[in-house]
Amino acid sequence: MGNKRFQSSLTKKFVMAFMGLFLITFLFVHLGINLLVLLPDKDYFNLAAHFMSTNPVIKVFEVVLFGGFIIHIIYGLILQIQNWMARPDRYKIEGWSHKSPFSKFMIHTAAIIFIFLAIHLGDFYFRAKFGAIGDVLINGEHYHDMAALVMAKFLSLGYVVGYILAFVILGFHLHHGFQSAFQSIGLNSKTYTPFINGLSTIISIILSLGFIVIPLVIYFGS
Amino acid sequence: MDLTLKIWRQAGPTVKGKFEQYSISGISTDSSFLEMMDVLNEELIGKGEEPVAFDHDCREGICGMCSLYINGRPHGPDGGITTCQLHMRKFKDGETITIEPWRAKPFPVIKDLIIDRSALDAIIQSGGYISVNTGGVPDANAIPIAREDAELAMDAAACIGCGACVAACKNASAMLFVSAKVSQFALLPQGKTEAKDRVRTMVAKMDELGFGNCTNTYACEVECPKEIKVTNIARMNRHFLGAKVSG
Ligand code: FES
Repeated sequence: MGNKRFQSSLTKKFVMAFMGLFLITFLFVHLGINLLVLLPDKDYFNLAAHFMSTNPVIKVFEVVLFGGFIIHIIYGLILQIQNWMARPDRYKIEGWSHKSPFSKFMIHTAAIIFIFLAIHLGDFYFRAKFGAIGDVLINGEHYHDMAALVMAKFLSLGYVVGYILAFVILGFHLHHGFQSAFQSIGLNSKTYTPFINGLSTIISIILSLGFIVIPLVIYFGS
Repeated sequence: MDLTLKIWRQAGPTVKGKFEQYSISGISTDSSFLEMMDVLNEELIGKGEEPVAFDHDCREGICGMCSLYINGRPHGPDGGITTCQLHMRKFKDGETITIEPWRAKPFPVIKDLIIDRSALDAIIQSGGYISVNTGGVPDANAIPIAREDAELAMDAAACIGCGACVAACKNASAMLFVSAKVSQFALLPQGKTEAKDRVRTMVAKMDELGFGNCTNTYACEVECPKEIKVTNIARMNRHFLGAKVSG
């Protein structure tokens, strides 16, 4: 019955934790840029989008970021499949004695976030890279008019609802994920863990509400 | 009190099991859960039927033999106790009680509610000990130990190896058990010498036996009859990472 694993369960958890925390920092950067689209002068957002897609440092970072996503997803899947295999016969009555409310649904929230991500990348990221996008003239130079693209998307009610749902789900995912990452890398103490738990709630709310505000303002403001 | 029992019956490790329903009446609220099971078994024997097989030994919460997954919770609805310490007053008259064996791939069912927990022994054998040379007995008081460390080590050592953590975990992970065993030694000077190898080999054994991975859900801490804390798991993660980094 012995199955030597090429990496221990703990190592995989460390990787999940580090990648997760890294992706959270990215979400903050992304949110910061997105919020610019709410400014009356859309040039800021278009210039920021241009900077993010052309700056060489960001380009390197982009590769790291995609790598981070892929590793987080693959490791998460491996861990989940092993976990399903560890209990081939299920209980008739499932237990509910967990302490971290969303921890039971990480794979489910992850699946929804993944679907959102695929749609999102198609709509914006790959479109900006390969697709046709209108131009805008800023200080005599041509830039992609990403702001117009975003504004147009958020005029569709279906899109707005889907977007909001995705970020509520992301909030659930992060609510468990952020504090859980610290436990996985071995940081749990009565001195700072209550603070980390509080921070986890705050971060998940800021990130999900922050992203949600944008389509709401655009939809109802237009 | 009168009860309806839904009990998992399985004749042997390789045969398929199923739930059987039994009615039992006249159970005293003062009797223990296992006494209720005894009454049921006597009735079954009286009728010429096969009694329900379940594990038990000390019946006072110290040996870790009793198990039983009762209404969705290892060791039943009360906190901080084993099944043998559970009383029938925790249930309502007329209630239906579902009793299942602990389910995990490394804990195969032997018969009915009895499971094979020797996987936990295998983990202990892989490193859950300290090596002591023979010779003169050293003076116990010669080794200073911080009070807090002694307390934490004792708390971890309260683990009776019942496997409720595995049973409760949605991933059938043994992390609470293994981390308690790692911690009880790693916190004390006598256990520090082999601490690095211990955490490596015990984690490797745990993985090899097919236990699930911890997702920090903490059901184990809720259900542990000895109230072992998940801070032990963090300690093990920390020590494991340390052992990796230092090579
Ligand atoms: S029978 Fe010994 S702990 Fe329950």
